[in-house]
Amino acid sequence: MSISSVARDARSGFINMMPIALAVVPFGLLLGSEAVRKGLTPAEIGLMSMIVFAGSAQFLTVSIWTHPAPWAAFALAAFLINLRHVLMSASLSPKLKTFRSSQRALVAFLLADEIWALSEKRAASHPLTPGFYFGTAIGFYLIWLAATVAGTFLGEVLPAPETIGFDFVFAALFISLITGFAKSWRTIPIIIASLFASLLYQSLYGGTGFILAGGLAGMVAAALLPPEKKSAL
Amino acid sequence: MTVDPATFIAILAMGFATYATRISGFIIGPYLPEHGRVRQALDAVPAAVLTAVVAPTIVSGPAELIASVATIIAARRLPALGAIAVGVSTVLVGRHFFGGW
Repeated sequence: MSISSVARDARSGFINMMPIALAVVPFGLLLGSEAVRKGLTPAEIGLMSMIVFAGSAQFLTVSIWTHPAPWAAFALAAFLINLRHVLMSASLSPKLKTFRSSQRALVAFLLADEIWALSEKRAASHPLTPGFYFGTAIGFYLIWLAATVAGTFLGEVLPAPETIGFDFVFAALFISLITGFAKSWRTIPIIIASLFASLLYQSLYGGTGFILAGGLAGMVAAALLPPEKKSAL
Repeated sequence: MTVDPATFIAILAMGFATYATRISGFIIGPYLPEHGRVRQALDAVPAAVLTAVVAPTIVSGPAELIASVATIIAARRLPALGAIAVGVSTVLVGRHFFGGW
């Protein structure tokens, strides 16, 4: 692969990611201002964004942060919230055949929900290349880091994301991606099973386990479908 | 620019736990079957997990429900960015008129 095609892929990944990264900025600012209220310094929340890089786990732990930090409880919370990434990485794994193992290690480090979703969308129509993946992921990573640190200084003066509809950006992105994945009738029972299982789980137990519950229910529905007849090559 | 040692350890532990979930699928990936029902289940992960992520938002209020339907319709005709614009503007208008459930 030539340098220019790597640069072209990185550029299209970066451009693809920009609207979503901009939508994540208000949330990063919010997290930063919440971190200050909980007694974390700008350096600490910046380190957390650099090392953990997982919005939902960061929001949850920062909202209940105490000093000294109960590291085992927070690690367990991060693990449970992020269990969905086991499914996401297993699904992405066969699409990384052209990645070296050192690159795969870095792919995993950067595998936030939005990056995974955009990569799956790309993989549905093109081979996923390191240029595209890292063009998407590294820009998003830097914007998230900058937004959380900036939030420690100016979070208080900004409107909450709901008031400008920014909270719905992620739902709208994910809904449009699901619509794109739904290429045949076979996707319908998967979506219905996931929808009902996640809502049922959430109404019964709350928490963040609903993502895993819905994901697994959709997978079971897919496994029960009659085998897909692959067109002969 | 101070970093409390206990906070730093907690951040490292959270990072390790998060990384474990993200690398595990790559470790088990090569051992997963390429055909059959397990593969059908794995191929369903993008649609199934994304649906579960957005399900509570979709039913969180009338504005969100209407905006979700509008997003689906828009996504069949427009690129993702256009569908997002339709969804967000619908939810803003809807919240103005409906409020919550």
